[in-house]
Order: sequence, then structure tokens, then C-alpha cells
Amino acid sequence: MSAQSATSIPDPTTRYRRTGQRGLNTEMMSWLFMRISGVLLVILVFGHLFVNLWLGEGVKGIDFAFVGGKWANPFWQVWDLLMLWLGLIHGGNGVRTIINDYARSSTLRLTLKGLLYFAVVVTVVLGTLVIFTFNPCPVGAEPSLLPSFCEG
Amino acid sequence: MASAKSGTLYRGREGMWSWVAHRISGMLIFLFLLVHVLDTALVRVSPEAYNEVIGHYKTIVFGLGEIGLVAAIVFHALNGLRIILVDFWSKGTTHQRALFWGVVIVWAVLMVGFVPRQLMHMFGA
Repeated sequence: MSAQSATSIPDPTTRYRRTGQRGLNTEMMSWLFMRISGVLLVILVFGHLFVNLWLGEGVKGIDFAFVGGKWANPFWQVWDLLMLWLGLIHGGNGVRTIINDYARSSTLRLTLKGLLYFAVVVTVVLGTLVIFTFNPCPVGAEPSLLPSFCEG
Repeated sequence: MASAKSGTLYRGREGMWSWVAHRISGMLIFLFLLVHVLDTALVRVSPEAYNEVIGHYKTIVFGLGEIGLVAAIVFHALNGLRIILVDFWSKGTTHQRALFWGVVIVWAVLMVGFVPRQLMHMFGA
């Protein structure tokens, strides 16, 4: 109050700014990312649930041959890759917010966020490697467990 | 006037409860996602290993758990779209309460569709 003299009252028509920062800032980018990735994830996850849990035999039909059949198609590789990255970054960012809200001590916050980032990075890398190095017809595997397009 | 009885515009109302449900459902989905990537990664081990582990998803306990998971995902998705409307649609804040009940109704309709289908798959009808 005392710092503001009558002559320095800001124009009431100017936009309110929580911080003096202009342009890009990381929390705003994170806020925007949650909304953009959220919309994409609604499409990706609903499609995933429809194909895996609704169509055909649903959960009963999921086995190695089913996954092999899907990932033989680059369409589903890209679909699942996008879902993996967006889902884990969106979810990881959400959990980061939850940790910031409830973990009172800075040591606890640092520890929990360290564990979180470790889990997200490991899971993203593992999932990406699996999608791209996956072989639907592994040599020497029991033929009855493989997709129908695997010969001999 | 806000009082202990009436609360405020936010506290104890649709806005607060949708926020609570969004957090809890989001946390559950995230934890499941970590496990789900790990179980799917077993396709790189062997067809037998993958089939063995994914077989657990076909039991009654997991089948019911999947209903809970889908319920959480559908709510989180619809409420997320509501948040986007509140943030970006000029009339979003005016209609935030109607939007919340819209989320509840669409969620209920989708679950009424999904639950029998899932039970059908589980019990092989």
C-alpha cells in the first residue's frame, strides 16, 4: 500500500498479470501442454479401449498374437507410440503438480520428483524400444502362439 | 454470503468435487500406465511370458478392476474436456455447473454401455 502513491495507480483496463513475466514461461507451457495432450489422449485412449476391450472377444482376445497383429501395422505402432509419450508426460506432469501441492518439505519434494522423473524416463524409453524392436515372429517360438501371418 | 452451512461458490460444490475426482482418477490412471507398459514389454521376452502375465487380466478380479479403470479414464477424459471448455469457451465459466452434470450424465451413459459388454467378455456369453 505504502509503496503505491496516488500517481502510480495502474490503469484499471490493463490486463492483470500474476507475474511480471512476458512471453513464454514454463508453467504456462505446462498448462497449455496438459490441454493439448489431453484432447489428443481422449482420442488415442478411447480408440485403444474400443479396439482392445470392446471389439471381438474384448480382454479375452488379448495375447501375443493379438499384439503381434497390431504392431505389424505401422498405424498402430505410431498410435501406441503417441499414446505412450503423451500419456506418460501428461501423467508425469499431473503427478508433479500433486507432489508440489502436498509434499511440504523441500527434501521430500525433491525425492518424490526424482523418483517420478526416473520412472517416467525409464518407462518411455522401455516402451519406445519395445514398439520398435518388437518381432511378431520370434525364431524358435511355439507357432500356435504367433500371429497367423508368421510362416513355419 | 459464504457460511459454514452454505460454503462458497467453490468449496463443497461441483467445482471442488470434480477437482478431487480428477486428481484421484488421474493418479490411478498414471500408476496403472506404468504397470501396463511393463506388462506389455514382456512381448520382447517371449510369447509364453506375455501370455502368462496378460492371462491375469482375464480373471474376474482383474475384469472388475478394468471396469474401475475404464470408469476412471472416462471420467478423467470428460472432465478434462469440461476444464478446457471452462478455460477457452467464453461462456464456459457461466455454464460450469451444467457442464459438470453433463460430464456425469455422459459418463453414466458410456459406463452403462461398457459394463455389460465387459461382463459378456468376462463370462463368455
